[in-house]
Amino acid sequence: MVKLTIDNEVVEVAEGTTILAAARRAGIRIPTLCYLEDVQAIGACRVCMVEVEGARSLVASCVAPVSEGMVVHTNSKKARAARKMVVELILSDHTGDCQVCDRNDDCELQALASDLGIRDISYPGEKSKRIVDDSTPALVRDTAKCVLCRRCITVCADTQSVGGIFPQGRGFATVIGPAFAGDLDDIVCVQCGQCAAVCPVGAISERDHVQEVWGALDDPTKTVVVQTAPAIRAALGECFGLEPGTLVTGRMVTALRRLGFDAVFDTNFAADLTIMEEGHELLTRLKEALTGEGDVALPMFTSCSPGWIKYIEYFYPDMLDNLSTCKSPQQMFGAIAKTYYAQKIGKKPEDMIVVSIMPCTAKKYEAQRPEMRDSGVQDVDYVLTTRELGRMITEAGIDFVNLPDGKQDSPIGLGSGAADIFANTGGVMEAALRTAWEVVTGRELPFDNLHVTPVAGLDGIKEASATFTDCQPEWSFLEGVTAKVAVAHGLGNARELIEKIRAGEAAYHFIEIMTCPGGCIGGGGQPRMTTDAIRKKRIEAIYKEDEGKTLRKSHMNPEITQVYEEFLGAPLGELSHKLLHTKYTPRTKV
Amino acid sequence: MVDKTLCCSGTEEASEEELLCRLDEVIEEYKDKPGSLIPVLQLAQAIFGYLPESALKRVALGLDKSYSEVAGVVSFYAFFSTNPKGRQTIRVCMGTACYVRGGKQLLEALKDKLKIEVGESTPDRELSLEVARCFGACGLAPTMSIGEEVYKRVRPAKVGEIIDEYYKKHVSAKGEAV
Ligand code: SF4
Ligand code: SF4
Ligand code: SF4
Ligand code: FES
Ligand code: FES
Repeated sequence: MVKLTIDNEVVEVAEGTTILAAARRAGIRIPTLCYLEDVQAIGACRVCMVEVEGARSLVASCVAPVSEGMVVHTNSKKARAARKMVVELILSDHTGDCQVCDRNDDCELQALASDLGIRDISYPGEKSKRIVDDSTPALVRDTAKCVLCRRCITVCADTQSVGGIFPQGRGFATVIGPAFAGDLDDIVCVQCGQCAAVCPVGAISERDHVQEVWGALDDPTKTVVVQTAPAIRAALGECFGLEPGTLVTGRMVTALRRLGFDAVFDTNFAADLTIMEEGHELLTRLKEALTGEGDVALPMFTSCSPGWIKYIEYFYPDMLDNLSTCKSPQQMFGAIAKTYYAQKIGKKPEDMIVVSIMPCTAKKYEAQRPEMRDSGVQDVDYVLTTRELGRMITEAGIDFVNLPDGKQDSPIGLGSGAADIFANTGGVMEAALRTAWEVVTGRELPFDNLHVTPVAGLDGIKEASATFTDCQPEWSFLEGVTAKVAVAHGLGNARELIEKIRAGEAAYHFIEIMTCPGGCIGGGGQPRMTTDAIRKKRIEAIYKEDEGKTLRKSHMNPEITQVYEEFLGAPLGELSHKLLHTKYTPRTKV
Repeated sequence: MVDKTLCCSGTEEASEEELLCRLDEVIEEYKDKPGSLIPVLQLAQAIFGYLPESALKRVALGLDKSYSEVAGVVSFYAFFSTNPKGRQTIRVCMGTACYVRGGKQLLEALKDKLKIEVGESTPDRELSLEVARCFGACGLAPTMSIGEEVYKRVRPAKVGEIIDEYYKKHVSAKGEAV
């Protein structure tokens, strides 16, 4: 342990602790900008400077470690002046109008200027050239608001192992962005939005589709239905000041009804449908592999996460056969809504608008992929992130916190607990195993409370295995087979796992990959900032939602049984293949 | 250092394919060494005379780096150029004397006439445009040069004529300038 004094308080912390962390522990707040918990501490912006007695100059507290007997002043005249100067300099090269910026009220630069009592900008200098990049369906970049904190670089290169964003040029003309200060569409960006999730200002954000959705709701000739991804219910409350991890399923449904949607459904229904299709696909692949009947690719990868799809298309195009052919739940929902449901209510697909509420920016990209038009028109018309829905509810003047609970509509609005946990890393795996195990053995999955704990939680790569015994007659070829599964979240972890498999150091039958750290609950469209502590709270909330249901297995969902009986026939049937499965496109990585 | 007979013809006017082939040999040699990006880019520039997109993408693929990272390095160092050089270089003096006596306007006039920016070359690859420090002819500011020839007291309005003259003299077949 190391003892030091910060602002006359004696603090004792472990060796190697930074001054910033030590101060926080003592309840002393040092302002920061480039620093981001769980992401980076690089000492780039110098906003966190403090005075250390005996040191020649001020030190950046986010990187400087404590030492025995150190005397720190976080608020000396010198520290205050230096900090203020740094922020004033940033502001002098900042073009943006807070009133019309999507980060108004949620902006770290705005908060910093306010906290430091900055009232005018005393360095009226030259402004850098502004580049607005709206080349992708998912994201918009505006370099005039960039504070060069480099968080997006770290997340894109390290967490996601994409490396789409780097500093371009030098000196005053430096732009943080894609190659040669070009567009995201020209590089291998997978549109995951993790950069937008960590940006402290309005320099990278989701592409806003709120106006388009209002337009659809105002159009009397259209039937507008909405689906909400499992992860929304554990995070939307944060947009209205509720504690992270507050479940707001019922209030969310009521809010959507008040916004004017003709029917409020649930992506959870489609998640259950995904399990039916993907579970059977896995068992079929296993059968063909084990009986030597066919030439199938194993391990099979899940395909729910569109950022991951784009990633494997770019970086491992030779492994596309390993991807499940199942569309994501969002797209299965769109295809079913515009066929099965449209027929039920006597509408044509073109008279229907399907809106998705997603924790994800890549879903905006996915919705407009050319493959996703199996109803004859674009299956999902608009995708709003959790943040956009939050803004829409606010705009409508709805007092979200005090709303009564509502219930989703039928017949494509019921989801099992297995569908809820699609939101968490490890959840799709667990949901698939709950069904596949029961299909094969006729017994419940032998894990405590149905939770496959080895693949839950925030470790980057997780694995589990289970041996099939006493199989049902038609699955006897699985008797004694040990199924090995793995789970990775964050594309950097996905890459690590794939490299291990390619090097022959690991082998599995089934692998779940989610693009975002923590899974969808940590998606690029979720309320900012998502720290590990917040991820854990959202994950817990989702498990609670699952445990609170009597319906906890996809194949027990009566609406799923109904859609197969009335419309689809059987999993992997002809109509399933047309509406619920897809193909992928190999791409090059530069 | 690199065995040129491997797959390259080594003729004067090598095709892009041949140049890329030479680059592949360089990449092969460096790819497992740490810190190889800058040396490989320098060699690539030596091979192509500049760094075209095709070469940069080849480097990114070969060294398993992201293209944005490679681009970031290229755009950081002034000695890398992504624009081909012209056969001759126009240099406009930006020394103090020339600057205050119309060097900047002169440069603008040249950019206008040639329709290129500093660091670029004309589409026919005849002329590149650069800025330079004092030519030692401050008394006769503003100054510029094309190749070895220095032009003094150049009025921006005269720029068009100078370029047309140059083209008549050196690129007679084309006659008129860009
Ligand atoms: S980024 Fe922040 S400071 Fe800049 S305009 Fe937006 S809200 Fe205002
Ligand atoms: S969206 Fe994802 S892949 Fe694209 S630049 Fe941002 S972090 Fe990188
Ligand atoms: S775009 Fe945002 S995250 Fe990236 S450097 Fe600029 S301010 Fe930081
Ligand atoms: S927060 Fe410490 S240097 Fe930026
Ligand atoms: S400043 Fe231009 S020649 Fe000296």
